[in-house]
Amino acid sequence: MNNQPVLQVKNLRVEFPTRRGTLLALDDISFDIAPGEILGVVGESGAGKSLTGAAIIGLLEPPGRIAGGEILLAGRRIDNLPDGQMRAIRGRQIGAIFQDPLTSLNPLYTIGRQLTETILTHLPVSAAEARQRAIKLLQETGIPAAEQRIDQYPHQFSGGMRQRVVIALALAAEPKLIVADEPTTALDVSIQAQIISLLKRLCKDHGASVMLVTHDMGVIAETCDRVAVLYAGRVAEIGPVADVIHRPSHPYTAGLMGSIPAMDEDRERLLQIDGAMPRLNTIPSGCAFNPRCPQVMERCRRDRPELLPAGATRAACWLVAGGRDPATKVTA
Amino acid sequence: MTATNDKPLVEVRDLAKVFDVSAPWLNRVVERKPRQFVHAVDGVSFSIQRGKTLALVGESGCGKSTVARLLVGLYQPTRGDVRFDGQATDAAQDAAGLRTLRRRMQMIFQDPYASLNPRWKVLDIVGEPLREHGLVDNDDALRTQVGSLLQSVGLATTDQDKFPHQFSGGQRQRISIARALATQPEFLVCDEPTSALDVSVQAQVLNIMKDLQRTRGLTYLFISHNLAVVRHVADQVGVMYLGRLVEVADKAELFGHPRHPYTRMLLDAIPDIHMSGRARTPVQGEVPNPLNPPSGCAFHPRCPHANARCSAERPALTMFHGVQVACHAVQEGRI
Repeated sequence: MNNQPVLQVKNLRVEFPTRRGTLLALDDISFDIAPGEILGVVGESGAGKSLTGAAIIGLLEPPGRIAGGEILLAGRRIDNLPDGQMRAIRGRQIGAIFQDPLTSLNPLYTIGRQLTETILTHLPVSAAEARQRAIKLLQETGIPAAEQRIDQYPHQFSGGMRQRVVIALALAAEPKLIVADEPTTALDVSIQAQIISLLKRLCKDHGASVMLVTHDMGVIAETCDRVAVLYAGRVAEIGPVADVIHRPSHPYTAGLMGSIPAMDEDRERLLQIDGAMPRLNTIPSGCAFNPRCPQVMERCRRDRPELLPAGATRAACWLVAGGRDPATKVTA
Repeated sequence: MTATNDKPLVEVRDLAKVFDVSAPWLNRVVERKPRQFVHAVDGVSFSIQRGKTLALVGESGCGKSTVARLLVGLYQPTRGDVRFDGQATDAAQDAAGLRTLRRRMQMIFQDPYASLNPRWKVLDIVGEPLREHGLVDNDDALRTQVGSLLQSVGLATTDQDKFPHQFSGGQRQRISIARALATQPEFLVCDEPTSALDVSVQAQVLNIMKDLQRTRGLTYLFISHNLAVVRHVADQVGVMYLGRLVEVADKAELFGHPRHPYTRMLLDAIPDIHMSGRARTPVQGEVPNPLNPPSGCAFHPRCPHANARCSAERPALTMFHGVQVACHAVQEGRI
């Protein structure tokens, strides 16, 4: 039980049927999250990082649908559950934190009512106990005068305070996994630092694993244990944070790291990856990155690389296969 | 900043902008609500040397975008003045003089999806300033000019017959830059030009902006909340908090030896991709409501070094060891 991953995603495919054909938004995504681990999912807009989160918590917007693969929560398959059963898992076993704290709280209810509602739905406690628990959660998230503020409405809280309430809400039923989708993107830098350290501390205290979706490599570097880099709906590279950042194996990861202005070195020009990520209806054959790759080979245009071991990480790139034929590739 | 003989291209003195955010007249009478004002920019002074970049940083609501809009004349200042190349830019100027000035300064906006008219072709978008200022004689000349402008930002000449929706975010921002460059301005005001873009695309746009500065000798006012980007593009940096400048220094000085406690807090708060393991000083609290700013130094409720004087007396921006800083604790040598 101890070594069993909290979450396993195996060969996940998400597609959007449209009038002009089916778009494959997530193509063969696989990763897992160990108990207590924080996995970062990073990528540019449209890479499929939010979609991965939505698929896991069962909130894909129609017509999007899971077309293949499996999602397992603590060894149990959850991607094919009926809505009713999924609703019992969502909130109880998987908590969610979204980007905009104003839209994830109901403006018409006090935050106390929203917290106790969640607790009462999922845990066998009395209303009075639920309220006590809600106050305790608010105190843990660093909201001053929690006993009074529990009866206030979301508009009476500032942006940073609202995000603290959302974190309390996500942790209310002691879930095993938190899916946090860009939790700090709407906040100012000084507040962002507070929220990140709070999220990290609380998830450790409550023993929850986290899947942190963000486009900010700085946040990933400070928070996560491992990181998955997504490109055009595929995993380009996955591995321990320090290795992915400092010794990237995939040319896309290397380009991404080089394009971030750093605080501790001076460069006249930033490394740039020419072009932009392909749209879903024009993903090239072979490796999706091949038209932008500085080290593209003939084979990259023909065959799609799978995730192969590359040092401490795993990268989907023919370079790490050492130019060997696919038939003799090392399986992970 | 050392005293040099060359005159700065842009000089801003005691610039202020007050917005009236009062409730409607009837509500004020019936509910006895007072008039309310926001001092969005409250006495800001700086100057930018020709060919240099001054970056303004700060969190949302600190007034940095209002400064940008005041500079290009999209807002009229409540107080203070802006001088461009020695000339005043306020209404005292005659219309023809102002028109010439407008041609010499242009602005790039944050959101490339909102700042381009979706019904216009790129030719019209980039060509509008050329037509408006009478810089081209006929349509052929316009097409050639627009084509070479597009090439200078890394787009194709043939792109001028397309519509904005046919371009990605980064390409749209290049179109905005091409439009801003059309009148051959000397001064560009860039209001968060890359914050709506992905990092790899942001790198492309920042590189283009630096290349253009080198080849055309442009002067930039660069507004951003991202300190890493500012560190990459700026020569001088001004840090704003609640409508006032709290520190103005050369880039190396500001990032190497930040003086003002707010600057230090901002630098500490940035997540660092290199995981240098710096000790963090967690700062409590959030930016106060600008409708009701704290007395004295606006930062004092969040400042670890605040004392009685800080809450009573507003510190002025004064020169201290070669940088301008507005802080009692720094002036008194307490930190």
